[in-house]
Amino acid sequence: MLPWLLVLVAGLLGLVVVALLGRQRAITTPLLYGASLLVAAGLLSVAAAGFARGTEASLVLPLGLPWLGAHFRLDGLSFFFLVIVDLGGALASLYGLGYGRHEKAPERVLPFFPAFLAAMNLVVLADDAFTFLFSWEFMSLASWALVIAHHREPDNAKAGFVYIVMASFGTLVLLLAFGLLAGRDGTYDFATIRTATKPTLVAGLVFLLALVGPGSKAGLVPLQVWLPLAHPAAPSHVSALLSGVMTKVAVYGFVRIVFDLLGPPDWWWAVLVLALGGTTSVLGVLYALMEHDIKRLLAYHTVENIGIIFIGLGLALAFQANAMATAAALALTAALFHVLNHSLFKSLLFFGAGSVLVATGERDMEHLGGLIHRMPVTAGAFLVGCAAISALPPLNGFVSEWLTFQAILLSPILPQWGLKFVVPAVGAALALSAALAAACFVKAYGVSFLGRPRSSAAANAHEADPFSLAAMLTLAALCALAGIFPATVIDQIAGVTEGLLHARLPLQAGNDFLSIAPIAASRSSYSGLLLVIFIAGAMALTAFVIHRFGSRLMRRSDPWDCGYPDASPLTQYSASSFAQPIRRVYGTLVFRAREIVEMPPPGDGRPARLTVELHDLVWDSLYVPIAHAVSAIAGRLNHFQFLTIRRYLGLVFSVLVALLLGLAIWG
Amino acid sequence: MGLITSSFIEGAQILLVLALAPLLTGFVRKIKARLMRRRGPPLLQPYRDLVRLMRKDTVVAHNASWLFRAAPYLIFACTWLASALVPSFAADLPFSPAADLIALTALLGSARFFLALAGMDVGTSFGGIGASREVMIASLAEPAMIMIVFTIALFAGSTQLGTIATLFATSPVGLRVSLGLALVALVIVAIAENGRIPVDNPATHLELTMVHEAMVLEYSGRHLALIEFSTSLQLLLYLSLIAAIFVPWGVAITGATPAAYAFGGLVYVAKIAIGGALLGAFESAIAKMRVFRVPVFLGTALMLGLLGTLLLFLSASL
Repeated sequence: MLPWLLVLVAGLLGLVVVALLGRQRAITTPLLYGASLLVAAGLLSVAAAGFARGTEASLVLPLGLPWLGAHFRLDGLSFFFLVIVDLGGALASLYGLGYGRHEKAPERVLPFFPAFLAAMNLVVLADDAFTFLFSWEFMSLASWALVIAHHREPDNAKAGFVYIVMASFGTLVLLLAFGLLAGRDGTYDFATIRTATKPTLVAGLVFLLALVGPGSKAGLVPLQVWLPLAHPAAPSHVSALLSGVMTKVAVYGFVRIVFDLLGPPDWWWAVLVLALGGTTSVLGVLYALMEHDIKRLLAYHTVENIGIIFIGLGLALAFQANAMATAAALALTAALFHVLNHSLFKSLLFFGAGSVLVATGERDMEHLGGLIHRMPVTAGAFLVGCAAISALPPLNGFVSEWLTFQAILLSPILPQWGLKFVVPAVGAALALSAALAAACFVKAYGVSFLGRPRSSAAANAHEADPFSLAAMLTLAALCALAGIFPATVIDQIAGVTEGLLHARLPLQAGNDFLSIAPIAASRSSYSGLLLVIFIAGAMALTAFVIHRFGSRLMRRSDPWDCGYPDASPLTQYSASSFAQPIRRVYGTLVFRAREIVEMPPPGDGRPARLTVELHDLVWDSLYVPIAHAVSAIAGRLNHFQFLTIRRYLGLVFSVLVALLLGLAIWG
Repeated sequence: MGLITSSFIEGAQILLVLALAPLLTGFVRKIKARLMRRRGPPLLQPYRDLVRLMRKDTVVAHNASWLFRAAPYLIFACTWLASALVPSFAADLPFSPAADLIALTALLGSARFFLALAGMDVGTSFGGIGASREVMIASLAEPAMIMIVFTIALFAGSTQLGTIATLFATSPVGLRVSLGLALVALVIVAIAENGRIPVDNPATHLELTMVHEAMVLEYSGRHLALIEFSTSLQLLLYLSLIAAIFVPWGVAITGATPAAYAFGGLVYVAKIAIGGALLGAFESAIAKMRVFRVPVFLGTALMLGLLGTLLLFLSASL
């Protein structure tokens, strides 16, 4: 099965050549997306079949470093992430079939799209440090090319620059991590690394590097700054891949290194991961609430959801460090379930935002409104995505959060005091971020899709094309299915936890009413199916009773609005005014938000003004000083640029002597 | 317990909340009126209002979408389901595997999500004001509720409502610091979530401080009836929840005799009446607070809930 997967990945790379050769022709766009849809669907079916059977396979190809070769391996973890990558890839290709037609410069997108998909597949398949790093960097560069596809639009050049700096930094950190793992003998294949004994100090260092490297790609605070710039800059189906899939590959990198290669964790790792995860989830959603660009809002929500995933991973580490295998399996299941969920609903939401962008040319919610009338199907699918990401039952987002809460409720028996203090705080952070996410998506949906149109572009919007709609409806259906039949997903993930932790949750398939009970039915259980049946039944019954015994008459009229209907749609609540109460409650602390009211004296003809100042404290307190320091050092070193050849040679000689001396002393 | 008995009890529970909810609203109004030395509307007035609203034509704004028309049914279904899940006179219900306390909180969250969206659908500024403030209040009340759920769940070793109610009804729990904190927090959350004074005033219209009433301003006829009914159901839900956990006496547990069930029903009605009377007295004694004082009020609940959880993390005996 592994050769088949590699052949299909090579097929994706072949598509790059096709895209380069046919870049002048109009037929290339549908051809390429159609072909990548087929290949990704092929990868998905092979991976899903293998995942369901629970097979393992490995393969060494004579590529890469001559003494190492390229190792590839399939286990439960890679199968799970392959399914995520290729499901996202297939649906993004389907969406691209329609969306790609509106692309003004397709030659800047088409070659990199299959390359990006291939790279993500390779990262998940890689089984040695060289192949992993090579694929990782390939993934970064391909996605970078996609981020700067529209490089002439304002802010996109900056986004590309920040992204490439952060991506290079992440790869550098990963390189160091693998260097430490390889040890003195320099064994780079994962099988040897896995069995080697690691000193506590080395393991701790590798853990920190794994947190920083893949963490920066995933968007953990404070390494998230590139993400809300880069993800929205790309074309929307690529944004969906970046947010929905690539951040998951980053999570894969973290899980592979920390849970698989490093061996048993220390408890302080869990404290760090939990604290970062909790901070990330709350900060991500607060940033999103302040945003009125719909794609940036979605990108900040990716940060939030990565925080939720890392909370699950941190809990799993905490339980694993204390040899509580079943509890660790529960927490890891919650995290992986959320990985799946987030890839589903975030792709859906970015597709919806892309359709809005095509229909209106607007990303700014302040110019949208009333789209539910003009784009009913997109609006319906987007609503499902909003409800799912807000963790509302019976959709999928709720199930993974529920599982995380159940894992938190198991943690009072953890013996370490650090964990006893961190875990409740993280539970509060998780609850807070869930409630704020619901607030944020009431804002996003209410301002963009409901109300009256705020611009003529929004008033004249048109429904998306059939391919885009098919992609969105598929994702909406998957969100509902994963929420209503969570037992199936949990039983599949059990294979992954079995491989990583040697423990699994009890089989869920046989429970009454298809409910899930991670520990015991008397302790906690939840059944999405029953809820759907009850809610649908109650709605139907109510409608029947009222229509039968009450009145079924309805007439249309002007809005009431307390007798003073607003003449202009601009008097509606806007995204900023909707978020104002929340900004007042949380923003003064987190963003040092300040409102400046300029009220001219009576008789003065100038308009009154309200200005809101927000500060990104992470950027101001961490990145600006670093940038200043780099530029100051560069200024000092500048005169090395203008030396004579004699002095350069002298410099080279003295550095050589210094290095040899160092070697002589320590070697 | 046979399947027939348990289904009967479940059905009785589902219908009981439906029958009792408007009565509770009328009762609280009556108490408030009597405390102000007014005679007040009759106890059965809410039922009459509902019937009248359901019989009237429904007027919908021109640009209202399908969401505006579907939301009342969805909100009512979610709230009804949630309130039917809280044990009232019997502790263990056959459908309790469907949802635990966390799912119950989230069900109410679903109802609120769609109510806020419906408020923004017509595109009036009042709807926007209501929705915006509602989600601000919910952004604090919901995490506070989750922390209360944590405290109770850690104490009972379960998030399952049936298990929790049985535990509190059968074993002597005694006075616990964490449960005390949870009770205070739960009362604050209940006041906020039901839009009672001092957070919101259910009896006002046309006031810039209003939250819930601003969101439902555009609703009329049967839609309005469903939303009013959901509001009553939610009030009953919170009172039942407080009664089931903190005043667990008299609840019929699994395998009880029919007489015990009947007794449980009587005790339940008495508990709800006392709770409603206390609410009416509290509302009459206090003034409504400014909307930006509400976060402080709810922040207290969140911190109390967190403190309760933290205490149980430190020691199971607190």
